[in-house]
Amino acid sequence: MIKLKINGELFEVDVEGSTPLLWVLREQLGLTGTKYSCGIGICGSCTVHIDGKAVRSCLISVSSLDTSQDIVTIEGLSADNNHPLQQAWKELDVPQCGYCQPGMIMSAAALLNANPDPSDADIDNNITNICRCGTFNRVRKGIHLAADIAGDKKPNNKRGGA
Amino acid sequence: MKNQRINVSRRDFLIQGTAIGAGFSLGLFLPLSSRTAFAADNAPSYSSTASSPAGPEVNAWVEILEDDTVVIRIARSEMGQGTLTGLAQMVAEELECDWSKVTTEYPTPGENLARDKVWRSFSTGGSQGIRGSHDYVRKGGAVARHMLIQAAAEQWGVPMAECTAENSVITHQPSGRTTTYGKVAALAAELFPPEHIELKDPKDWKLIGKPVKRLDTVDKLNGKQVFAADLQLPGMLNAAIKACPVFGGTLKSFDDSKVRKMPGVHKILKVGDYAVAVVADTWWHAKSALDELPIDWNKGPNADLSSAAIDKMLDEGLSSSDNVFVGNRNGDVDKALKAAVKTVEATYSYPYQNHATMEPMTATALWTRDKCEVWCPTQNGEVALEATAEASGLDIRQCDVYKIHLGGGFGRRGAVHDFVTQAVAIAKQIPGTPVKLLWSREEDMAHGFYHPVTKCKLVGGLDDKGNLNGLHVRISGQSILASIRPQWLAENGADMITFQGFHAEGDHAISYSVADLLVEHAMRNPAVPAGFWRGVNINQNAIYTECFIDELAHAASRDPLEFRRQLMKDHPQSLAVLNAVAEKAGWGTAAAKGVHRGLAVTKTFGSYVAACAEVSVKQDGKLKIHRIVAATDPGYAVNPQQIEAQVEGSFVYGLSALLYGECTVKDGAVEQSNFHDYPSMLIDEMPEVEVIVMPSGGFWGGIGEPTIAVAAPAVLNGIFAATGKRIREFPLKNIDLRA
Repeated sequence: MIKLKINGELFEVDVEGSTPLLWVLREQLGLTGTKYSCGIGICGSCTVHIDGKAVRSCLISVSSLDTSQDIVTIEGLSADNNHPLQQAWKELDVPQCGYCQPGMIMSAAALLNANPDPSDADIDNNITNICRCGTFNRVRKGIHLAADIAGDKKPNNKRGGA
Repeated sequence: MKNQRINVSRRDFLIQGTAIGAGFSLGLFLPLSSRTAFAADNAPSYSSTASSPAGPEVNAWVEILEDDTVVIRIARSEMGQGTLTGLAQMVAEELECDWSKVTTEYPTPGENLARDKVWRSFSTGGSQGIRGSHDYVRKGGAVARHMLIQAAAEQWGVPMAECTAENSVITHQPSGRTTTYGKVAALAAELFPPEHIELKDPKDWKLIGKPVKRLDTVDKLNGKQVFAADLQLPGMLNAAIKACPVFGGTLKSFDDSKVRKMPGVHKILKVGDYAVAVVADTWWHAKSALDELPIDWNKGPNADLSSAAIDKMLDEGLSSSDNVFVGNRNGDVDKALKAAVKTVEATYSYPYQNHATMEPMTATALWTRDKCEVWCPTQNGEVALEATAEASGLDIRQCDVYKIHLGGGFGRRGAVHDFVTQAVAIAKQIPGTPVKLLWSREEDMAHGFYHPVTKCKLVGGLDDKGNLNGLHVRISGQSILASIRPQWLAENGADMITFQGFHAEGDHAISYSVADLLVEHAMRNPAVPAGFWRGVNINQNAIYTECFIDELAHAASRDPLEFRRQLMKDHPQSLAVLNAVAEKAGWGTAAAKGVHRGLAVTKTFGSYVAACAEVSVKQDGKLKIHRIVAATDPGYAVNPQQIEAQVEGSFVYGLSALLYGECTVKDGAVEQSNFHDYPSMLIDEMPEVEVIVMPSGGFWGGIGEPTIAVAAPAVLNGIFAATGKRIREFPLKNIDLRA
C-alpha cells in the first residue's frame, strides 16, 4: 500500500510502485481532471503540484512519493472554482476544447506561487504546455489578470500586448 | 388541436459525485431511465445533457422547464470551436428567451434517426457548424416562440397578435398581464407549429453578433468536464491497442503467454485482421501489458514505402499527363506564357501532418446481443453511429452513440471512426461489459488520417508593364477523397477539394482575376491514409498561391500589396480584408528595426480572410514572429470574441505546421511517435494577434478554418522580406534561415 496526500486528504492505494502518479489519480482515485496526452512529460496535460511546484505526473512513479509531499490536482486548486486563475480564465473565456486546460492552469498556478506578478518573459520561460487549439494569447492575458486579481492592483508595464 | 408528438425516451448517464478527496470511490456513470432523478449540481458533466432535467419539448430544438430554464438542442459537436454557444445564440435570438437561463444538450444520432432526421446534419467539419444550419436553427427558435405566445394567448383567451415575448416573458400588451415561458411550455408543446415563420431582420438581432461568454467554460476550469477519455461506467474494463504500424499490414500472431499473468490483465484480443488489444482493469495495466506483448506482423505490400519514394511519385506528377484533372481554366495559358516578357517558375511542396488532438483517439462501447451503445468524442455522430452498427453486426436502430465534448477534433474525428470500429470490435468479444478503448499517443501518431502531401509547380508570366499575364498551376499529390470518400469524387475521377482556393467561384474561389489561367491536379495517391485536417487543402494551396504571387511581384519589382490589388478589382470583398490588414499593420510605413512584413489573402470556407505578419530573422537564423494582423469577413459574425479566439487558435495550428509539422515515412510506417519528434509551438513562440472582424452581411461564411490559410504564407513572405530567401519546402525546422 502506498500512502499519498492529495488535495489535503490522505489516501492509500494498492498499486504497483512503478505506476505513474497520473494513472493513480485517474484510475485509482477518480481524479480525472488530470489528463493523459503524451505520457512522456512533454505536453504538460498531466501537470499537478507537488509541494507547490508544477510537475508532469505521467513521469513520477508513486513509489517515489509519500505523505510528506503535498500533491494538489486541478480538483483541489480551489474549493469553489474561484482561484484567481479560474476567475481570470472565466472572465476571458480562455479554454477552447479544454483538454489541456487543467494542466495549463496548474502550470500557471505554480508560476504564480513562485512569482506573484510574472512578466511576459517569465510566462514564456515557465509555461511549456502544449495547446493544439491555440489558447496561448488568452492564457497569457489570463495569467496577468489572475496576478491582478490576487494582488488587487493595477496592471504593470512588464507586459506585452499579446 | 393537439400536436402529434413523439415521446423520446433516453438513457442518461451521470457521474455519481466524485467528490474531491471523498475517499476511494471511483466516479461512476449510472444508467438512468429518466433525467429527472439526478440533476445534482456537483455531478461532473460529460456533455451538456447531464445536468438538464426533463421539461416539455416545445419542438425539437427547445425544451423549457417550469423554472424557465431553456434547454437548447445542439446537433453539431463542440470541440473547442465555440459552435455550441453560437448555435444556442441563434436559437435564443429568435426564441426571445432569457439567455442567462440557457443550457444545451446533444440529441443522439439514434434519436435523430428515429425522428426522421429532425435535427438534420450532425456533421461538424468544413467550418459548417453555423453556416450550414443558421436558417433551420433560427426557425426552430422562432417556431417555439410562436407556440409559446400562442399558448399564453389561448390560456388568456386573447388574440395572439396582442401578445409579445421578450426575455422569456410573454406580455399581453392591452392588459399588461404577463406570464413566463416555463408556465406555458407544457401547453405550447401540445400545439401545432405554425406553417410559416418569419425570421428577424439582421438589424434587429440582440444576441447574434454579441460577444457573449461561452456556455461550456466553467466545467473546463476545475476538472469537472468529463471527456471520453475520462469516462467511467459500472463494471467497465479498459483497452489499449496496437495496430500494424505498416499501412495496409495485418496481424500475423502474438504470444500472450508472457503477459497473461501481468497485473489486471483480463483478455488479449485480436481486433479486425490488423490489430491486437489488451483488456485490463485499468488502462495503465492494459498499456503496460501491451508494451510487453510479442507481436508478429504481416507487413504487406507497403513494407518498403518511404518518403523518398513518395517524393519521386509526386515529382513525376509535376510534368506527367497521366491522371491529370483540371480545376480551373480561362483563356490560353500556353499562349500567354509564350507572349510573356518574363516568366517566373517555382516548385513548392507540403508534408504530411498529424492532427495530434490533445485527447488521443478514444471510444467506449457496450455490446449485447440486442443492443450496442457507444460513448465517444465525434465530429459526426451519424457517421459514428454507422460505424457502430457496422462493427456491432446489429441493425442501426439497435445502436446509439452518446456524444461527448471533444478533446480536440481538427478533422480527425469526422469522416473516419476507426476508433469506434475498434472499440465495438473489442466490446463485442466481451458481451455485457463496457470497454473503454484509449489510444496511446504513439498509436495516435502511427495511425492518423494525415494531411495529404502535395507538390506544386507554378509558372507565371509578366508583360512589359510587370502585370501578370498568365498563370499555370500544376499540383501533384494526394487526394483526400480518393483515400476516404471515393464516392465523392467527380464523375471524371477529379477531387475538386484539391483545388480549394483555386475554384472559379464559390466558397473556395480564387481571389485574383487572371485572364489566362490553368490549374491542374495530377492525382498521385501514396498508401498513407489521408484525411481532412483543419483547413484541408487551403493550408498548402494558400502557401503556393500567396508566396508565388509575392515572387511575381518581386520579379516585376512591384510592391506586393499593389501587385495584388491590381488583380483584385473584381474581388471587392477580398480586397477589403487585404486593405484592412495592410492599413492596420502600417504597410508602406517603416516597421521596427529588423522587422519585416508579409501579406496573404484568400477566400475559403465561404469567408474572406487576410493577414499581415511581422517577422524578424536574427543573424543566427532564429525566426521571431512578432505580430499578425488578421482580418476576416464571414458575412455575419455570430460571436465576435469567439471569432477572435478561433483566429488566434487557427494560427497556432497553422504555424505549428509551418514551423515543425512533418510526418515522414520509412519502411511503410510513420517515423514520428510523440511530441518530441512531432513538436507543437509553445506560448513563447506565439505572436501578438490583432483580429479585425469585419462582417459585411448578406452571407454566412465559416470561422474555424479560413484564417489558418493566411498565417503561413504571410510569415513566409515576411521571411523573404527579411532575408531574401524563398522557402518552398516545409517545415521550417529543417531550413537554415540565415541570410
